[in-house]
Amino acid sequence: MPDLLDKRLVIVTGKGGVGKSTVALAMGLAAAAEGRRTIVCEVSSQEHTSHVFNRAEVGFHEVEMAENLWAISIDPDQAMREYLLLQLKVRAMRDLLFKSKIFGYMAAATPGLRELVTIGKIWEVALPDRKVKKARKYDLVIVDAPATGHGVAFLQTPRTFANVARVGPIKAQAEALETFLVNHRKTGVAIVALPEEMPVNETASLEHTLTEDVGVSVDRVYMNALYPERFSKDEAERLEAVSSNGNGALRAACRAALSETRRAAAQREQLARLAELVTAPVRTLPFVFEPELGVGEIHELSEAID
Amino acid sequence: MAGVGELLEGKRVCICAGSGGVGKTTSSAAIAAGMAARGKKVAVLTIDPARRLADSLGLPELGNEERQVDPKVFEDAGIDTQGGELWAMMLDAKATFDELVRRHAPDAETRDRILSNRIYQQLSNALAGSQEYMAMEKLFELHAEDRYDLLVLDTPPSRNALDFLEAPKRLMQFIEGRALQVFMKPTGLGMKVFGRGTSMMFSVLRRLTGVEVLEDLSEFFQAFSGMVGGFRERAKRVNELLANRETCFLVVCAPQGEPITEAVYFHRKLVEAKMPFGGVIVNKVHYESELPDHDPEQLRSELTTALNDEDLTQRVISNYENYRALAARDRKNIKRLTAEMRARLVIQVPYLDTDVHDLAGLMRINDYLFAAGARERTEIAAEA
Repeated sequence: MPDLLDKRLVIVTGKGGVGKSTVALAMGLAAAAEGRRTIVCEVSSQEHTSHVFNRAEVGFHEVEMAENLWAISIDPDQAMREYLLLQLKVRAMRDLLFKSKIFGYMAAATPGLRELVTIGKIWEVALPDRKVKKARKYDLVIVDAPATGHGVAFLQTPRTFANVARVGPIKAQAEALETFLVNHRKTGVAIVALPEEMPVNETASLEHTLTEDVGVSVDRVYMNALYPERFSKDEAERLEAVSSNGNGALRAACRAALSETRRAAAQREQLARLAELVTAPVRTLPFVFEPELGVGEIHELSEAID
Repeated sequence: MAGVGELLEGKRVCICAGSGGVGKTTSSAAIAAGMAARGKKVAVLTIDPARRLADSLGLPELGNEERQVDPKVFEDAGIDTQGGELWAMMLDAKATFDELVRRHAPDAETRDRILSNRIYQQLSNALAGSQEYMAMEKLFELHAEDRYDLLVLDTPPSRNALDFLEAPKRLMQFIEGRALQVFMKPTGLGMKVFGRGTSMMFSVLRRLTGVEVLEDLSEFFQAFSGMVGGFRERAKRVNELLANRETCFLVVCAPQGEPITEAVYFHRKLVEAKMPFGGVIVNKVHYESELPDHDPEQLRSELTTALNDEDLTQRVISNYENYRALAARDRKNIKRLTAEMRARLVIQVPYLDTDVHDLAGLMRINDYLFAAGARERTEIAAEA
């Protein structure tokens, strides 16, 4: 089985607010640094990557962010348009659909269609032989996927369509997507967790659902934002004594140290629980004590990715 | 105005909104427990109950029906609820949607056709906004039953925190949209209304999608058509409840840049939509007041004297500097937030050292939410 970054597609998912976008980008930087031509795909128009790099929003374009690193924000409407352009060779037919209001209503109303074309575009970007003319070829495609609930439904969309459409081009398309997603050699999933009770529980049940129900290969779980263990138990006791006698900054500094000791310990308990509850190997990423995460901080994180 | 208690006085519905991972579920539970402790009969509707918290409240198996927290749990924590009650339920979008179909379906046959339709099965789980809409629906149902003084809703963690506001409208657009009309009469009147291009469009679509998809969609839309009236009326009333003066929206966020930006955006949208906005709760704040400014050399020498350990001193100092940097960031971000709020409450809950997983923990949070003696933690924005 190839290592995570040696696959062609890596899907980064997890509970809301755990730092998926940051981890996806750190992973992108790590792969790019190893010389892989890598693209990070966003699917919820957050433009996280372009913001981190202080660049203009990328939209539905593959834009180079750094050496070997590109970014795209996949908009379902544009993905749909592109899909139709590729599918319908007769111009009159395309114009008919694009101009039709009813088609617009229907496309918007059909459950899961937006997700399907989004995954379709991700797949197209990951193809060694791309459908879009003169398009760049990538070694690795990283997807900053929707949060847990939506994420599972998102990944299940191709199968649902493959089942509903018993024959026809959509079925063939959906089956191709499904086959690609569940190909453990080509597609991997990384789940991002935080060292708190609920994110750990959710990560465990997400891994189960993704493995058993969706059938994808969960290759890694990242425990993100882990506090360092700066102080030993013995040191904590000494700090406790100083904090109860001192005042002002001395007391505050000791209390901050004790506070961190307690948090770090509680986080280690959650880390142990996570390791117990999940099957995939767990990697830890340090808490970044910087007011905001910029390129520099994410570069540092990227060194702990692999 | 001092805290959540005053804000929710006379309110029947409290909606906690915000992006994922900011402590919305815990804030909702704390607010509900706090109001119950003030003598109200409260129900909290949650998406994903924290298991340890639910266990400690004696509610290990929470489902789509409300269950009461044993008053003894309050007694044991030394709280006299003066007749107040705390109820909780877990929102189950699929179950709620099914209930709704059962209620509105004109006959048993239509009901079964919808429930077994594959498009419906996908829709009720995965349609963007359906989970959000179902949360609103359950809220409306409980409000109409009038069994509680206050309902606290923990909104689903949407990609976009506003999804649930749009949800009733979006569902309506979906089920009464023109697509539906076409599907109801794919060869008859619908075609005439939309012109000749339509039948050609369908033939293109058939080639593209295969006949089966269109048939399933068509069947689904037809089955739903009998329910449009009931749904429309319902969605209208859900919207009225949201805008009601007895409803209060609280935005929950965290002090990092992105969540604050989202809270600012969300506040604007609520005001634009004329929703009754109450205030913002900022969780996990590093208080600057607890990390006072200092003379670095003096702190170093005091620590060295007290600890007699150079290496430990250095680590304590860098930890302190780290915390102060976070506190400075929090203050800056909260200032930006407060400037937006126009005389609304901004409540700051500190980053506690331990996870909250029992009633005592909720009450610890309530020291801040209900601002008993913690006035300096509460900023009230100046009228702009």
